[in-house]
Amino acid sequence: MSLQDYKGVFVFIQQVDNKISGVSFELLGKANELAEGLGTEVTAVLLGYNVSDLCSELARFGADRVIVVDDKALEVYTTEPYAHAMDKVIAEYKPEIVLYGATAIGRDLAPRVSARVKTGLTADCTKLEIDDETKQFRMTRPAFGGNIMATIVCPEHRPQMATVRPGVMQKMKPVEGASAKVENFKVDFEGHQNVEVLEVVKSVVEKMDIQDAKILVSGGRGMGCPENFQLLRDLADALGGEVSSSRACVDAGWVEKDIQVGQTGKTVRPNLYIACGISGAIQHLAGMEDSDVIIAINKDENAPIFEVADYGIVGDVTKILPLFTEKVKAAMAARNA
Amino acid sequence: MKIVVCIKQVPNTNEVKLDPVTGTLIRDGVPSIINPDDKAGLEAALRLKDEYGAHVTVISMGPPQADTALREALAMGADEAILVTDRAFGGADTLATSTTIAAALKSLEFDLVITGRQAIDGDTAQVGPQIAEHLGLPNVSYAEDLKVEGDSLIVKRQYEDRYHMIKVKMPCLITALSELNKPRYMTPGGIFDAYREKEVKVLTRADVTVDDSTIGLKGSPTRVFQTFTKSLKAAGTVVQLDPEDSAEYMIEKLKEKFII
Repeated sequence: MSLQDYKGVFVFIQQVDNKISGVSFELLGKANELAEGLGTEVTAVLLGYNVSDLCSELARFGADRVIVVDDKALEVYTTEPYAHAMDKVIAEYKPEIVLYGATAIGRDLAPRVSARVKTGLTADCTKLEIDDETKQFRMTRPAFGGNIMATIVCPEHRPQMATVRPGVMQKMKPVEGASAKVENFKVDFEGHQNVEVLEVVKSVVEKMDIQDAKILVSGGRGMGCPENFQLLRDLADALGGEVSSSRACVDAGWVEKDIQVGQTGKTVRPNLYIACGISGAIQHLAGMEDSDVIIAINKDENAPIFEVADYGIVGDVTKILPLFTEKVKAAMAARNA
Repeated sequence: MKIVVCIKQVPNTNEVKLDPVTGTLIRDGVPSIINPDDKAGLEAALRLKDEYGAHVTVISMGPPQADTALREALAMGADEAILVTDRAFGGADTLATSTTIAAALKSLEFDLVITGRQAIDGDTAQVGPQIAEHLGLPNVSYAEDLKVEGDSLIVKRQYEDRYHMIKVKMPCLITALSELNKPRYMTPGGIFDAYREKEVKVLTRADVTVDDSTIGLKGSPTRVFQTFTKSLKAAGTVVQLDPEDSAEYMIEKLKEKFII
């Protein structure tokens, strides 16, 4: 079996409760670019139970073909049945590239599959490209907390696999009426269920995901106390945005982890990111520096956040924010008048 | 009950600072620590030792200096420590690393293997599940809580918007989140024992049964094509005004950018 026998860009489609996760659409978008560079097709690999009606959505977002493994064993994610299914799909279809979301599912599944297939896996990539001349697949990821970037290749093994963090790649504009070839692929799961899911507990609050927000007002340790997060909430409401935070506030127990921006939190790139009392550790910068416009307010003029900010304000955030919020409200009212 | 905890010695990346002129990392004087997720895994094992009298072995693959991390683990209360070290293991990516560690684990008896979810220097989260695959063990990643029930573990497995309560029969592998617990400190007596009474057993290439083609750089499917320092975008404007003018300044900028 030679390397040339492996063909096509495959995307593992993550669905939870039969709803496709956003990162999977983002990966289909990127997969289309890669497939174009290689002159090949995009295949979505959809694993789950009673999921076949999701195929048309995958077609609209860029899948040329959908391989469906539909089985009760795949109803709720557990490692082994999913790894087994991916292993069988890879063995049968021999993809050149397989992409996964760097989610709590993808970061468990992909390494397990890589060890089974005995191929390379590059984690948490922020850039994927095909070299024009050599057609080599290049995967770039942050290392060492985010400052050093490393470009990784997988020259002698197939498939070449990567995980990509949600929010990094762009979805395609959906093409209405697009269709994809659907292939049902049967897998025997006998002996492949080695854990039991006793209970599934969903987070109580259904909040907007900060990754979907166009405007983020983000607070750090410099906010002083959890009560001061209300100042951020007020500003976010006035701007029509959401509140996020740095890791320090999560560690201090001020806010929930799901709004944490950074290397160990979420990668965001809103149109506007307002960093309030955030010093800007490189781990934080790694998660937000691609925002379109960054405003930073910090009392320490040497804070690293000012190095990535388009507009930096040296001053007391708790004094500035209420005044700013009032002005925003006034400006919005004037605009809507 | 026998538990093996895999730990990695890492530079404390939280203390890594940027050189403001060159934009490169200043690594000098940055202390090495036990990777935080691994330390939480060790603490979880030590709690099972406190409760059930489990025997806890820590194992680390790395350069000879990783001895310090293993001594710290002994000083916290681990019973045995093993350092897997050899130039032949160097240059390994996650697959070759996991293959080496799995091979070392094959010579040990265990009911439970605990690794951290991910290391703060590489952030890949791959080695834990890969070790489990090589050993043919079930794995449960992202453990926020765990308890023993007969010959099984009940693990609270974290996801972005939910958690699962998972029952998994031992032997198995768990990857631990820092949220699992707050690791204990070393005790003075523990430190004394770690350096005077206990030993760190060293395993080299000859002690591990594994194929040459699967370890080190040669056994690594991935290669670093290049590394580069991320270029920071051009610095913006920083102003220092009174609060009223600061607010006004931001309003102007938002209007310029058509955000409001």
